[in-house]
Amino acid sequence: MADTINLSRRGFIIGTGATGLTIGILAACSPGTGDSEGDAAATGEPNPEVNAWVHIGDDDVVTIRIARSEMGQGTLTGLAQLVAEELECDWDKVVTEYPTPGENLKRDRVWRDFSTGGSRGIRNSQDYVREGGAAARMMLVQAAANRWDVPVGECSVEKGVITHGPSGNELRYGEVAEDAASVEPPANVPLKDPSEWKIIGQPVKRLDTADKVTGKQLYGADIQLDGMVNAAIKAAPMRGGTVRSFDASSAEGMPGVQKAMQVGDTAVAVVADKWWNAQKALDAVQIEWAPGEGSDFSSAAFEADLDEGLTAEEAYVGNQVGDVDAAFENAAQVIEASYNAPHQNHACMEPMNATAVWTEEKCEVWCPTQNGEAALAATAEAAGLPIEQCDVYKLLLGGGFGRRGMSDYVTQAVTIAKEMPGTPVKLLWTREEDMEQGFYHPTTKARCQGALDADGKLTGIKIRLSGQSILAGLMPQALTDGMDPYAFQGLLPSGFDERAEDQTLKYTYPAALFDHAMRNPPVRPGFWRGVNANQNAIYLECFMDELAHAAGRDPLEFRLEYMTDSPKLAAVLEAAAEKSGWGNDDGKARGLCAFYSFGSYTAACAEVTVSDEGELKIHRIVAATDPGYGVNPQQIDAQVAGSFVYGLSAALYGEITFENGETVQKNFDSYPSMRLAAMPEVETIVMPSGGFWGGVGEPTIAVAAPAVLNAIYAATGKRIRKLPIKDQPLRDA
Amino acid sequence: MAELKVNGKTVTVEVEDETKPLLWVIREELGLTGTKYGCGIAQCGTCTVHIDGQPVRSCTYPVGALSGAEEITTIEGLSEDGSHPVQQAWVEMDIPQCGYCQPGMIMAVAGLLNNTPDPTDEDIDQQVTNICRCGTLARVRKGIHLAKTKKA
Repeated sequence: MADTINLSRRGFIIGTGATGLTIGILAACSPGTGDSEGDAAATGEPNPEVNAWVHIGDDDVVTIRIARSEMGQGTLTGLAQLVAEELECDWDKVVTEYPTPGENLKRDRVWRDFSTGGSRGIRNSQDYVREGGAAARMMLVQAAANRWDVPVGECSVEKGVITHGPSGNELRYGEVAEDAASVEPPANVPLKDPSEWKIIGQPVKRLDTADKVTGKQLYGADIQLDGMVNAAIKAAPMRGGTVRSFDASSAEGMPGVQKAMQVGDTAVAVVADKWWNAQKALDAVQIEWAPGEGSDFSSAAFEADLDEGLTAEEAYVGNQVGDVDAAFENAAQVIEASYNAPHQNHACMEPMNATAVWTEEKCEVWCPTQNGEAALAATAEAAGLPIEQCDVYKLLLGGGFGRRGMSDYVTQAVTIAKEMPGTPVKLLWTREEDMEQGFYHPTTKARCQGALDADGKLTGIKIRLSGQSILAGLMPQALTDGMDPYAFQGLLPSGFDERAEDQTLKYTYPAALFDHAMRNPPVRPGFWRGVNANQNAIYLECFMDELAHAAGRDPLEFRLEYMTDSPKLAAVLEAAAEKSGWGNDDGKARGLCAFYSFGSYTAACAEVTVSDEGELKIHRIVAATDPGYGVNPQQIDAQVAGSFVYGLSAALYGEITFENGETVQKNFDSYPSMRLAAMPEVETIVMPSGGFWGGVGEPTIAVAAPAVLNAIYAATGKRIRKLPIKDQPLRDA
Repeated sequence: MAELKVNGKTVTVEVEDETKPLLWVIREELGLTGTKYGCGIAQCGTCTVHIDGQPVRSCTYPVGALSGAEEITTIEGLSEDGSHPVQQAWVEMDIPQCGYCQPGMIMAVAGLLNNTPDPTDEDIDQQVTNICRCGTLARVRKGIHLAKTKKA
């Protein structure tokens, strides 16, 4: 075996030892210039790091360590901006790298949480990553002051050059980086006032673009290690199914095939020299499945359970205001409507994959993951080794959306690799496997009721949610006395649950009751970009639209009337409506939505036409978002437009349905995703009002579908309350 | 054994199965991993390459259908240094998010521009039908209009 193999032209320097492969810190991205020279792993040695977040080479290349995962959402660049801001370095010399979860463990979790979900990547780490940058700057300046033997207060720094004011002497960061590493870290690390920011808030280019346009960017699915073999896998397609038996005799003689094996209770894998050979052989394996709980599950039959929940006596109360019964008893008009939302699959463009090598001493995994530490824990468990003898090397993700917060594919890869000690095994799923083995966005229905008085004032509102809880399925220990507070995302009162304080209702109602009849199908649920805000925004904001029309009111004015306690939500709604030309008579129908989730205020105004034949055209959506502080406005714009693709794909076409416990949808032909022809123009208004840190990757997804549904009503007078929209006539015949 | 012309070079690959999709020959025999697997049924377009300048979904294109005379171009061969007009536009507009679908998207757009140097929005709608789950589509459309103004 060679001493080193170079996986790509930079960064992935892998040394092979007696116990298998070892790898240092992976270089994630090249400098901001897009120049691929100046590789993190290739520069700066032998300087020690300044601190855990910052390494500076003799050549002044600044390597910023990023703990959270980049899956397209731009967090890698945003976090680097936060560190660089306080570091006062030259942005054009910044590169990034991922520390491994194993190193984090060894260093007492110096990089803290690796998990990347809930639009928390920046907002939950912004304080300590900025402090990391600031502390490094203070140490670098102190090192220069020590060398000059001058008071540190006489020194200043700009773009990585330290200047001693009185003498005019200068030192570059690269010249003092080694000394700085031995300076005592400061106990007190003041941060800049936001008014002083120079890099935060700027629309800088992403750090990870260059290789993504040339095909050089390496994803998990592309990993190639010396002596590596490839695995294809098939798990029981029906819920609760297990392997009863399998016959691989017809696969054994096929080209390149090395091994067929059962993986856990539920799957069969074939290992071959090439993945294509492994998959062809797997297709030839005869597998007999044993049904289990859920193997007879049918989405159509489950509708009855959801319907029963809509009027059931018992339900968890998430939000209760005033005397809602009295409001309905005294109502001049009661409006009622039921909505539903089906299961959805994440369908990341890069199918699930992981590469593992196992020996009795060590297990290492290369994989795209949203949660490096969870992937490491899964590796250790499947490897049967102490966690200290394992590590996980993260790669940039080909999509995450919540799916890659789960580590099922890591467990599978390690389980297979354990059968072939010392041989690296790459496991890659087919798209069909991805559709069948999802952690699906939950299905729910909602019964919405509103009480209006004789003047058209809303006196009471009730929303009964019926359906699946994500927490009950994934982490029942997180339930509160059986209740899932996240089921009420965007509907909770402030102070209800500190974990969901960023998901509260911003309307002020005289009387309200929001409750949840939990009805869990035998389908594993998952966190899916936007999570429960997606359907809750449809329920609340389409129904608010219905109430406005029933009251004979303008939907914008009607909403604003109940938003008086939330000027920030009102501001984004008014901004979107104004920019879109709400009230314009230009032949386009408009629909509104405003919602607060993941700590950000968001609104949309959709402009649509519906032809006489019922064909929908979404011309434009104007979206406004207030995430408090906006780290990179052009990336916020990208996330807003992107979230609309994801959200509208679901609203227009997306549904996973089960028959006999198995998904009916197997690929993008039956689970379509939006293409250019359906994509509206998106105009984004980024309006950070400061003073708080809201999320960006997810919040706006919730406002797209309700705005479009409300616009369809404005165009046609017909309400669409069942999702997805596909196949339903948008105009009555 | 079969001879193929890929990115201007003649290469010899072992083809035991003529039904093997070109995608897996490119990825596993030639080691060119810029071309991605996304669906295997020619739906998503992430496997798009050019055959004689025309965009083709390589995941369903049997290698046996090639005579060896065709010029196959993958993302690695679109330009030597990332300077193809589409690549320039993609960098200028910061289009990729996760980036996994972008090699296929870029090849589809480059193919569109080969056929239709000044495409209308309708041309774009009809000829670029790739899927992007991150949702770069809004910028992709703007990027195509920018790319058509650029020179290699």
